[in-house]
Amino acid sequence: MSRVILTNLVRFVMLVLLQVFLLKNITLYNLATPYLYILFVLLLPFETPNILLFALSFILGLTIDAFYDTPGLHAAACTLLALVRVLFISITVQKDGFDNEPEPTLSIMGFRWFFTYALILTLFHHFFLFNLEVFRLSEIDYTLVRFLLSTVFTVFLMLVSGLLFFRKKERK
Amino acid sequence: MRNLLIFITKYNAFFLFLIFEIASLVIYIKYNSFQKASVINSTNQLTGGLYTRADELKGYLSLREVNDRLARENAALRNQLKASKYVDTVARKTVVDTVYKQQYIYIAAKVINNSINKRNNYLTIDRGSRDGIEKGMGVISADGVVGKVAFVGEHLAIIQSLLHKDSRVSGMLAYNKEIGYLQWGDDMDPHKALLVDVSNNAQPKIGEPVVTSDLSLFPAGIPLGKVSKLKAKGAGFFLNMEITLAVDFSKLEYVDVVVNKFAKEQAALEGQEKKDE
Repeated sequence: MSRVILTNLVRFVMLVLLQVFLLKNITLYNLATPYLYILFVLLLPFETPNILLFALSFILGLTIDAFYDTPGLHAAACTLLALVRVLFISITVQKDGFDNEPEPTLSIMGFRWFFTYALILTLFHHFFLFNLEVFRLSEIDYTLVRFLLSTVFTVFLMLVSGLLFFRKKERK
Repeated sequence: MRNLLIFITKYNAFFLFLIFEIASLVIYIKYNSFQKASVINSTNQLTGGLYTRADELKGYLSLREVNDRLARENAALRNQLKASKYVDTVARKTVVDTVYKQQYIYIAAKVINNSINKRNNYLTIDRGSRDGIEKGMGVISADGVVGKVAFVGEHLAIIQSLLHKDSRVSGMLAYNKEIGYLQWGDDMDPHKALLVDVSNNAQPKIGEPVVTSDLSLFPAGIPLGKVSKLKAKGAGFFLNMEITLAVDFSKLEYVDVVVNKFAKEQAALEGQEKKDE
């Protein structure tokens, strides 16, 4: 149990630092901006109680907001992300299987499931985030392009990181 | 009552979602008017400290470029020195000495956090209320206009950059003297902006400089950019044109905050006028 908490704590800090000091400066053609930090919410164990899941997502969002100077923006998007996660998992995963599948990672759940999971959650998060930030219907076409390309970028980074940590998990 | 509790526990995810979503939206909307929620931004101790540390490291990488820019600025300033000018009459010197008094004071500051790839971009600088910075002051760099102060902490301040959907600066075509205002285009290119609502009488040329006008909160004549395209979309009865910005926001290192000594007096007078109407 303490091992799980420690892993997630380290993951939280690493992802926030990575997002704030590296990915914040990366934009492709003013269009694609990766928000890899939501990987933390995606990789929380299946057994996480809902209240903890929502609280953690909210705190993660506020932490990113503090660095991005946009209080509430990422927190709102992350809260939505947590809801979508709960719905998606309740639809696709059998409750009985939790004992031997502790975390929804790429190495445990397989490529097809993880890809769908990451794609759908990222789509919801990014759509909400970009539209709340711009908050103008007159720029909707440009916002949609940014949203789609950013989603592709983020999911790509998620798969890369999933493959990077692939073997380590399997050996355990 | 029991049924209600059962209902809530069964759909707890949805209710938790509602609670946290409303909380974050309230924070978001509050902060948008820059009134409260001052804790969660980059002027607080932890995030500000981390950014300052990271910026110290980054500073080494661009030393050469900063050095070049400072040398250029030095040269430009030296050209303005009295010593480097030729005085043709005695009278002119005395006039200059007695008539002109300082209206603008500049406070130098270092940029410790910067972004250019969002719809609304802000910068954080390492000077705050302790150093005499107040909300609403203009911010310029050696190359031109940067933005205005949006939020002041004790040691740090946040600048609303020109690259923001609500930023408007009154600008003027340098040769035509026609006035319009500058805003950031919605295609989010950090090197381009639009000069809109220019009178149809103007005959701008490509490459013509655009500077701040007397109507802005900056001293008149600070460079904004150069005209790069004459016909921009959205023009109605007025001319719109595309401007290449003078400042490269991605390489911003040092800025100057402009303190206008008459700003308070002007604001008070204009407030009085509104009250009278």
